[in-house]
Amino acid sequence: MSVLDSKVPKGPLDQKWTAHKNKINLVNPANKRKIDVIVVGTGLAGGAAAASLAELGYNVKTFCYQDSPRRAHSIAAQGGINASKNYQGDGDSNYRLFYDTVKGGDYRSREANVYRLAEVSGNIIDQCVAQGVPFAREYGGQLDNRSFGGVLVSRTFYAKGQTGQQLLLGAYSAMNRQINRGKITPYNRHEMLDLVLVGGKARGIIARDLVTGAIERHSAHAVVLASGGYGNVFFLSTNAMGSNVMAAWRAHRRGAYFANPCFTQIHPTCIPVSGDHQSKLTLMSESLRNDGRIWVPAKKEDADAIRAGKLKPTQIVEADRDYFLERRYPAFGNLVPRDVASRAAKERCDAGFGVNKTGEAVYLDFDAAIMRYGKEKALISGQKDASDIEVRVLGEAIIAAKYGNLFQMYEKIVDENPYKTPMMIYPAVHYTMGGLWVDYNLQTTIPGCFAAGEANFSDHGANRLGASALMQGLADGYFVLPSTVGDYLADDIATGTIPTDSPEFEAAEKEVTDRMAKMKAGKGLHSVDYYHKKLGKIMWNKCGMSRNEKELNEAIEEIAALRADFWENVKIPGDINTKNQELEKAGRVADFLELGELFAKDALTRNESCGGHFREEYQTPEGEALRDDENFKFVSAWEYKGAPKDAVLHKEELVYENIEVKTRSYK
Amino acid sequence: MKLTLKIWRQDSANSKGKMQTYPIDGIEGDMSFLEMLDVLNEGLINKGETPVEFDHDCREGICGSCSLQINGEPHGPDRMVTTCQLHMRSFKDGDTIAIEPFRAKAFPVIKDLIVDRSAFDRIQQSGGYVSVNTSGNTLDANAIPINKQDADSAFAAAACIGCGACVAACKNASAMLFTSAKVSQYALLPQGQVEATERVENMVRQMDLEGFGNCTNTGACEIECPKGISLENIARLNREFLSANIKG
Repeated sequence: MSVLDSKVPKGPLDQKWTAHKNKINLVNPANKRKIDVIVVGTGLAGGAAAASLAELGYNVKTFCYQDSPRRAHSIAAQGGINASKNYQGDGDSNYRLFYDTVKGGDYRSREANVYRLAEVSGNIIDQCVAQGVPFAREYGGQLDNRSFGGVLVSRTFYAKGQTGQQLLLGAYSAMNRQINRGKITPYNRHEMLDLVLVGGKARGIIARDLVTGAIERHSAHAVVLASGGYGNVFFLSTNAMGSNVMAAWRAHRRGAYFANPCFTQIHPTCIPVSGDHQSKLTLMSESLRNDGRIWVPAKKEDADAIRAGKLKPTQIVEADRDYFLERRYPAFGNLVPRDVASRAAKERCDAGFGVNKTGEAVYLDFDAAIMRYGKEKALISGQKDASDIEVRVLGEAIIAAKYGNLFQMYEKIVDENPYKTPMMIYPAVHYTMGGLWVDYNLQTTIPGCFAAGEANFSDHGANRLGASALMQGLADGYFVLPSTVGDYLADDIATGTIPTDSPEFEAAEKEVTDRMAKMKAGKGLHSVDYYHKKLGKIMWNKCGMSRNEKELNEAIEEIAALRADFWENVKIPGDINTKNQELEKAGRVADFLELGELFAKDALTRNESCGGHFREEYQTPEGEALRDDENFKFVSAWEYKGAPKDAVLHKEELVYENIEVKTRSYK
Repeated sequence: MKLTLKIWRQDSANSKGKMQTYPIDGIEGDMSFLEMLDVLNEGLINKGETPVEFDHDCREGICGSCSLQINGEPHGPDRMVTTCQLHMRSFKDGDTIAIEPFRAKAFPVIKDLIVDRSAFDRIQQSGGYVSVNTSGNTLDANAIPINKQDADSAFAAAACIGCGACVAACKNASAMLFTSAKVSQYALLPQGQVEATERVENMVRQMDLEGFGNCTNTGACEIECPKGISLENIARLNREFLSANIKG
């Protein structure tokens, strides 16, 4: 019997959440005023949770490393947010959204959590519209939708290519209302450095004021971690520069199990790496695959000529182009899920068909869409005999209205006009499905410590579908945590304020300051970035889009050696008791150096290919992922035991009662 | 590319700052401006000097963290981009580049090129929201039809990233473009109507309390805004403010 209790309520799938909410404990309004909650991270999950918990009456403290909650990395999400509204009448339903998400996740997510996500998805849109989020609308004034990968309906709501920004500003506005009422105290430019347990329960955090360098103790009756994902373990990713695993990893070290660390999403449509100076990668929204067609030259000599700068993509005739996604996956074409699209691009590039100077890029071409939209626009505006040039102008205007900001962003980075020549794209690390293990209530294995959004593992299995991260973040924050945190806090109405002068806080603070002093005492041979880049190279080469036993074993050894080197030789300039960005980075990289090893260990343990985890030993003759449901239909939850190599595996067996577990096919 | 950088160095809010000169070599056109500063910092760290601190996070022009006054212009010479999207191909070999923090009384320097923009947060806290509970007990989203043009205009105003370039561009360090963008987003939507009067009054009051200067309609803010926030929003704020005063 596993030590993991998922606490999934009994009863039919579509009634579990309602029944659960009807039975769980409530805290009366007068008592809520006596209870404090800490929320770490102010993205969609954290911002929404903070606003909702404060609105209910709890005293909330929020923490973010940015100078304002509005800058959390949810802001960079581009394409949209899914909801099973069925506004398009194309047959969508809660069940279909649930089904697509479980299938998209390659049957490695927890059924009941995913169904709840689908169930509350429609309400998220209502909520956001009520807050004044300016979603895209049709001429009749109704909300517009678009399609995303891995589904056959149009259920994605959007605000141009800035959906994450608009949803986050919505959550931030809800936070502002509570800050104005005095119910949220925001601690911006603060970083959580440790979780404090008192009597086995999460009762506070140790934080560092990033401006003054002061170490602070903050107590609460419950701690919500909504600190995002750990994609920056790869150094190069689409994450913000500051995105880090520290809050989650510190909780892991204090007893929270870390689930499925090897489930990482490599997003197919990112701007390719241009050189060694590269500091981060930029995503081009998946929504572009609605209208863009992905291809490489069909002939190797053409690919060679392009790489040598002797041929332009627009000079290659239709017959000499290989639209490889449309060829391999006729049913879903360019809209296959992200893991499938990424691997297919890598396969073509590895075979020598890549198109930029590094050979690691494929084309994303809008020419067909420009002409198609242009023709339609010409017809409805009465220009029956429009020339190709006129049609192109009309078509470009429509593409600009849909994706203008993305095209602009591309042009600024690459210095090429994507209206005139195809974009070049290549897969990049984007999202981490793994994270802190949580039960149905989003509580980790530490009582009183909850995890939400990308920081937890629960809803996306081994691969996340597009436009589902925003949905999950807001579902967790607005609708799940306000109920489940309350249920937990019902035992704390008579506890009173948690003192911060206890031995537990004392000890936690000492550990934090000792750790910083140790870092500062390094011999000063190499900068923090030197180590981060080295770690990133190991991760990308040996734990990236495809993995094998030999290289994973090598990665484990190399990361452990790099970690030892880091602690001995890292260089932290300046004073640690003041604003010090190098010290901030060092703390984050130190945790990545532990997580990376656990990541490799997890990938090595999972002898199957599923979703974003592709093990070369486990594939079909056609190169598709070969899942092993008999032996690996479980969540890996790792218990901390000192060095990552000593982590202990606990398994949560996944039970599918409402969906038939099948081989995922997008053909 | 070989460049000469003149960078504002200041230890803390209370210390005196000064411009310091750093020669730099090996810069490529494909580097972003911040990647160029990364190269500088790596060099400084290896030489045992203190790296230059600057705000940055998403590095794709959306979070609004990065700032910098580059050769006297917020976010540098290019239009419609933030500093993180500015590429070194905008400069040429041998150039001297002056890099300073955004300058405004309401944006005090924290360290080097980092300024405190929390005044913007407080303006939004004073009324930049619709007072609706987050419990989900609201109307169906499509029960509030919104004219596409209004929805698009509200979106255009809401696209503000809160970077503060408008303030840095303004000779009076006015925050009118920022504040008006937020007021406009709600003024254009039916959801924002109920609290329109208090919202504009409270946000303008807070803006004045923070020590931002007055708007004299020079339009420098609109030119430097990386998101193309329009001056029309300022006109709309003035209308909203006037009508609130008449009602009030």
